[in-house]
Amino acid sequence: MSSPRIAVVTFPGSLDDRDALRAVSLMGGEPVSVWHQDADLQGADAVILPGGFSYGDYLRTGAIARFAPVMDAVREFAGSGRPVLGICNGFQILCEAGLLPGALIRNRGLSFVCRWINVRIETGTRGFVAGEVLQLPIKHGEGQFVAAPDVLAGIEARAQVALRYCSPDGAVEDRFNPNGATNAIAGLWNEGRNVLGLMPHPEHAVDPDLGPTGGHAVFQWLFAASHWAIGASR
Amino acid sequence: MRPRFEVIVVLKDGLLDPQGKAVQEALPTLGWTNVSDVKVGKSIFLTVETESLVDAEAQIAEMATRFLSNPVIERFWVRQLADEDAT
Repeated sequence: MSSPRIAVVTFPGSLDDRDALRAVSLMGGEPVSVWHQDADLQGADAVILPGGFSYGDYLRTGAIARFAPVMDAVREFAGSGRPVLGICNGFQILCEAGLLPGALIRNRGLSFVCRWINVRIETGTRGFVAGEVLQLPIKHGEGQFVAAPDVLAGIEARAQVALRYCSPDGAVEDRFNPNGATNAIAGLWNEGRNVLGLMPHPEHAVDPDLGPTGGHAVFQWLFAASHWAIGASR
Repeated sequence: MRPRFEVIVVLKDGLLDPQGKAVQEALPTLGWTNVSDVKVGKSIFLTVETESLVDAEAQIAEMATRFLSNPVIERFWVRQLADEDAT
């Protein structure tokens, strides 16, 4: 199998685009940098919306990025069943764009949190194994996931929760929830399970020389989903 | 005509408003102990070039629903300002 081409979108205020590009390389993919004003995704097999503070988080996190020209292409790409990964600010953008349900608001406790946490894979697909616990870093001020009660019920009923905050051995308890996220939701699938948004940063957890490698599982899913999409389109 | 409006956006009831909570908790330390239900929202002031007030109001409602607020977490209301220079 050839290595998948993974586009990483840079918005004004993106911070983790370089790390995401580097992580794609480390994991064996071909990274492609895409600018927010670009109208096409340069033949990418998957798209990453990276972390940061796009447009200064003005108005609301992700609210202005969602109208960037590149987002029309991302919406069409996601609509065709191909994989899109939104990390942190990328997750916020996907929610604002309506590609994922709910919203992310200020953390419970008001503080910006920057530390290693654990998440349990709730619903797996394509090499992303349910029950596995990943150690990943978080760094956000607005990561508290919320949704209206009926929307939340739908999310749970359709098993759209990808990741929940948990203890190192996988117990989901409130004290392991760093931001007060509803139902300890750290990551979410869309209904088609080809769009994944998560608050933790897999791109910072791929190099064994630098620490834990909980990010591998996320990139393995992204690559597997890319190959599946390549196969389905030919 | 160029009517000027204020769009007020606040978090929905039941959602934690950390800024409101922080302000509320600070008030008693300054001696004001009789204040409750503090909410912090935002105001967006804007002027619309329009033929009719009805059109302007419809446009603002759409802008507020699609962009200025996020209906998942926020509610908004609009008021027209008396003076086109008012902030």
